[in-house]
Amino acid sequence: MTDRALAVVRAGALTTVQDQGRPGHAHLGVPRSGALDAPAATLVNRLVGNPTEAAVLETTLNGCSVRPRSTVTMAVAGAPCPVTVDGRPAPWGAPVRVPGGALLDIGAARSGVRSYLAVSGGVAVEPVLGSRSTDLLSGLGPPPLTDGTVLPLGRPSGAHARVDVVPHPAPPSELVLRVTLGPREDWFTDAALGILTTRPYAVSSASNRIGLRTEGPALERSRAGELPSEGMVLGAVQVPPDGRPVVFLADHPTTGGYPVIAVVHPADLPGAAQATPGTPVRFVAVRHRR
Amino acid sequence: MRALPVGDRALLIEVATGEEAEALHAELLRRRATGELSVAEMVPAARTVLLDGLDAPSRLAERLASWEIPPVPRRAEDVVEIPVRYDGPDLPDVAAHWGVDEAEVARIHAAAEFRVAFCGFAPGFGYLTGLPREVPRRATPRTAVPAGSVALAGPYTGVYPRSSPGGWQLIGTTDTVLWDHARVPAALLAPGTRVRFTPVAAA
Repeated sequence: MTDRALAVVRAGALTTVQDQGRPGHAHLGVPRSGALDAPAATLVNRLVGNPTEAAVLETTLNGCSVRPRSTVTMAVAGAPCPVTVDGRPAPWGAPVRVPGGALLDIGAARSGVRSYLAVSGGVAVEPVLGSRSTDLLSGLGPPPLTDGTVLPLGRPSGAHARVDVVPHPAPPSELVLRVTLGPREDWFTDAALGILTTRPYAVSSASNRIGLRTEGPALERSRAGELPSEGMVLGAVQVPPDGRPVVFLADHPTTGGYPVIAVVHPADLPGAAQATPGTPVRFVAVRHRR
Repeated sequence: MRALPVGDRALLIEVATGEEAEALHAELLRRRATGELSVAEMVPAARTVLLDGLDAPSRLAERLASWEIPPVPRRAEDVVEIPVRYDGPDLPDVAAHWGVDEAEVARIHAAAEFRVAFCGFAPGFGYLTGLPREVPRRATPRTAVPAGSVALAGPYTGVYPRSSPGGWQLIGTTDTVLWDHARVPAALLAPGTRVRFTPVAAA
């Protein structure tokens, strides 16, 4: 292997390779996948001079440590967290030059869930259907990183950005999700629709890249029986038999058989990616169709 | 036909039967090929087709009402043949449910011509229609169904592309590779593909 490589020293709780995902294959059962907090992934790429589509690392809660084999530029953003190079503090949200053999450590998120690490040249694992993203639902793309994984890096394409400061996302103390009701809101009682849009929910610790699970009042159906499987969109609020809404995130299944009561506005999904378990969730209806 | 808005950029078009859904999907594909329809994802399913990534879903919904949808095109293209050993652990249960013997289950399955109505569940997993009889799912799903298992559930048959949990009734096994991301196309079975199962002797 060339020296354009990155050794994973500490993989952390769940660190995956992510880019903008593999949309366009849902009809074959292939989830779109991709970075859950896409604006953060775009930002770290810009900070190191990568094109937007370059693959980055997405960490979960407790960061990761990596050691490049040659000198590279790296940047960390997303969930705010301590960053060190060989134990010395380094800036978060800014390009950092990391000498070959030095250890860059991303610490535990101070708030939020997922931090993003871009490396100049991008993570150059073999793409699958045009994307390098790890898809946890169907197992496409590279498996989640483990200690000792060595990742190939691409050639740097541009100069890194000159920045003094980047916007600091405030991971939500309350997650407000704007929703459009439907397509299956008529499978629920009027009371359930009222509950969804007025009562507080909380992010469940069972949330993952497939879905943001919630805890709160159960939504009651107005009709029994099974819904034949149908296509599911990103942000769909699916209601399984236990009545607790699940918001579909990047690795969601492409078809499903539980009714979708509403769909979350795409601009609110990056916030969902950063909401820690216990965070209050409020669903706000932006449009009533009926 | 009913077009249900799904968020701001998608439409779920609902029809009465699986046949109609396949016909609608074929018509949507045809219109996309001519450039008349621009859509990022088109996901056929049991009674619906989801169109995701539309610029003006409501305008398309209005236009749809006036479309003539011809029946499912009977294409002349080749049938994908999948050799099967009818040796699945649920063969006795399926035979009992249908009131036939196990050899007859295999005969019924191998005599049918199937079509991939839609995909989902896993990359390369096709829901194949054409089974002349139905069968319930297993009361308790298995935690691991081996790759290559040929299975039945409801009105569908399918083949597990890789090992996964599953509640379908397993009637046989095949060595055919359903999904290989290094292959073009990666999925052997895309919506609309015609499929036949050919019995082979158990090894």
